[in-house]
Amino acid sequence: MDLSYTPEELAFQQEVRDFFEANLPEHISAAVRSGTELTGEIMQEYHKILSAKGWLATTWPKEFGGPGWTPVERHIFDVESNRYNAPRIVPFGLAMLGPVIQNFGNEKQKKEVLPGILSAEDWWCQGYSEPGAGSDLASLKTRADRDGDYYIVNGQKTWTTLGQYANKIFCLVRTKFDGKPQEGISFLLMDIDMPGIEMRPIRLIEGGHEVNEVFFTDVKVPVENLVGEENKGWTIAKFLLTHERTGIAGVGISMQAVEELKALARTVKRDGKRLIEDPLFAARIARVETDLEAMKITNLRMLFQAQKQGHPGPETSILKIKGTQINQELRDLARRALGASAAPFPGHVTDGNLALTPPDAAANAARYFNNRKTSIFGGSNEIQRNILTKTMLEL
Amino acid sequence: MNFDLTEDRQMLADTLKRYLAEQYDIETRNSVAYDMPCHSPDKWAEMAELGIPGALVTEEAGGFGGAGFDISVVFQAIGGTLCPEPFLGTLMASRLLAAAGADQEALVDGSTKYAVGVSEIDAPYNVDFTETTATAAGDAHTLQGRKCAVYGGADADVFLVVAKLDGALAVFSVNAADANVVAYPMIDGGSGAEVVLDDTPARLVLADAKAAIEDAINAGRLALCAEAVGAMDATYAILLDYLKTRKQFGVAIGSFQVLQHRTVDLLTEIEQSRSIVVSAAAGLNDDDATIKVAMAKNLIGRAARQVAEEAIQMHGGIAMTWEYAVSHYAKRLIMIDHQLGDTDHCLSQISASYAA
Repeated sequence: MDLSYTPEELAFQQEVRDFFEANLPEHISAAVRSGTELTGEIMQEYHKILSAKGWLATTWPKEFGGPGWTPVERHIFDVESNRYNAPRIVPFGLAMLGPVIQNFGNEKQKKEVLPGILSAEDWWCQGYSEPGAGSDLASLKTRADRDGDYYIVNGQKTWTTLGQYANKIFCLVRTKFDGKPQEGISFLLMDIDMPGIEMRPIRLIEGGHEVNEVFFTDVKVPVENLVGEENKGWTIAKFLLTHERTGIAGVGISMQAVEELKALARTVKRDGKRLIEDPLFAARIARVETDLEAMKITNLRMLFQAQKQGHPGPETSILKIKGTQINQELRDLARRALGASAAPFPGHVTDGNLALTPPDAAANAARYFNNRKTSIFGGSNEIQRNILTKTMLEL
Repeated sequence: MNFDLTEDRQMLADTLKRYLAEQYDIETRNSVAYDMPCHSPDKWAEMAELGIPGALVTEEAGGFGGAGFDISVVFQAIGGTLCPEPFLGTLMASRLLAAAGADQEALVDGSTKYAVGVSEIDAPYNVDFTETTATAAGDAHTLQGRKCAVYGGADADVFLVVAKLDGALAVFSVNAADANVVAYPMIDGGSGAEVVLDDTPARLVLADAKAAIEDAINAGRLALCAEAVGAMDATYAILLDYLKTRKQFGVAIGSFQVLQHRTVDLLTEIEQSRSIVVSAAAGLNDDDATIKVAMAKNLIGRAARQVAEEAIQMHGGIAMTWEYAVSHYAKRLIMIDHQLGDTDHCLSQISASYAA
């Protein structure tokens, strides 16, 4: 065992740092640092910067145009991109659909879908959850009825993240209405501008527009847009979800959050002293930083394991549960650190010259509320525990 | 970066685990661990022959290991079977003797058993508050004070004792025969002793020993953390088996989601514990070793308590009995927190480092 970086890994770390120094525009890192909602333009600008370097598809193998990084290289990129306040890469095309097409798509789909993801030309969003199918995803009701060379799709999806910027959507649809619910699901690709698709915003707890409802009314989808076999979509759905979980430990983002939290606690005062000198608050930071130190290693151990077996396994659910607990705890502390000044509604202070102190922390309460989502999405942490029960405990 | 054990360490782990599985089943362990001297001199000798002390000692000092991962491999195996042989004293003594450049042949071949006295009743975890003092007496020294809960104290040949010499921390060697050693079994097995020092003759091993003592404590903490991981793995395996076989309301209790999710939480904490031991083992000789090791001891203290208490609770009454192995694992898991710095002490060490 050896936790130190090899000379090659150190060189790679330097290369990543040089890249961000030279190529990440200040207006992007400033927007990320502020903790406020990013615009679609900023996210897309960042995607294009990475794409031009060939670093957008961080998890893809070389044969599909990815950089073919080792787990350690991915970890280094994750840590450094967060240190430089780069945005999170929108995962729906890159981390979810990409691997699905690589593993289940036909040659034509590989040729048509993958290049648009790699170049950041296409923005994919996810049509999984429905109003009546959240944790019980297999009970989904959006239906696709075969009509000649087309499926006719009717129904509703929800929690479609960043769908307002997307030009494409992948959906789980029901193609068989009897038997086990899992055995009647298919995986379908659509263009957002197909007639009959309507996207409506959902306003979230902190006021932001991050997710949407999508309505499908007699949408005509060519049969060739089916990925894999009809009624075999549940296998794909589960495959996608394990891939979704691999980046979900959020080690890089939490490492950056710890540093920001310490910096904040050294800036603000409580009882006439710096907050960092308050033993109770410092102990709260110490405990979560300790959990994160372990998480770093757990994440890497599991990435290595995934690489050995060729795909991420169910143990990635551990990353999801613990990673989100750590991240949520950090957001909680960042909110508390501000004291009374956490309360003003960001963006609503009317005198623009009146800075809330410290400015980059002004959105800390909003971030805290927004991040309650992490233990719910991607399979709630309770569902992750069910998955682990079945696979690791074999109960 | 890589996460595979070297071939040598894998062999060491396999050999030791095989030996312990054959020699230290839980009944044998319990019959040894709670009756004075609370370890088996025969098994000690056999394990010395297997090279266990040598694995804890660096090559420069005459061993063939001594790195963080050697320590974690040995103590994880020890924890898996609750082996009560007093190797913690061996490890910590070796670090102190190495700092002094002293000979370690008798330590490596197992012929001398060492116990290390760091704790005092009013200074259990922080040696800066040591009250035992040393006085020069010609070429030698005498010690005045009392060391508490010295692990392995019942059968130690030599005590290495932390004492203040002219206001600075120093390490002294005391022959067991020269001190008033009041030995007893520990509640979780193995022996302990109060070492009462009253004008007791002692040999100075190392003056200005603060850094060396810190290093010995770090190594000892790492060992305890690894031991806890071994004990948590074993406890978890017993629990999982019980959840599958114990029936209530006509079904295996493992079919109840309320128990499933709590068990998954244990699995998660055990994996985190395994990870933090890797972090501490890798960083044992680094500048920030004390913080890395304190993090490990803090996380392990929390996780071990959760595993111990939840394993008892989910088993129900059976785990409250002396006859059932979980009760002994649970005791060890809880009491490890009382050795060389508990959860809160370690947490305050980490948080105190922030203010700078």
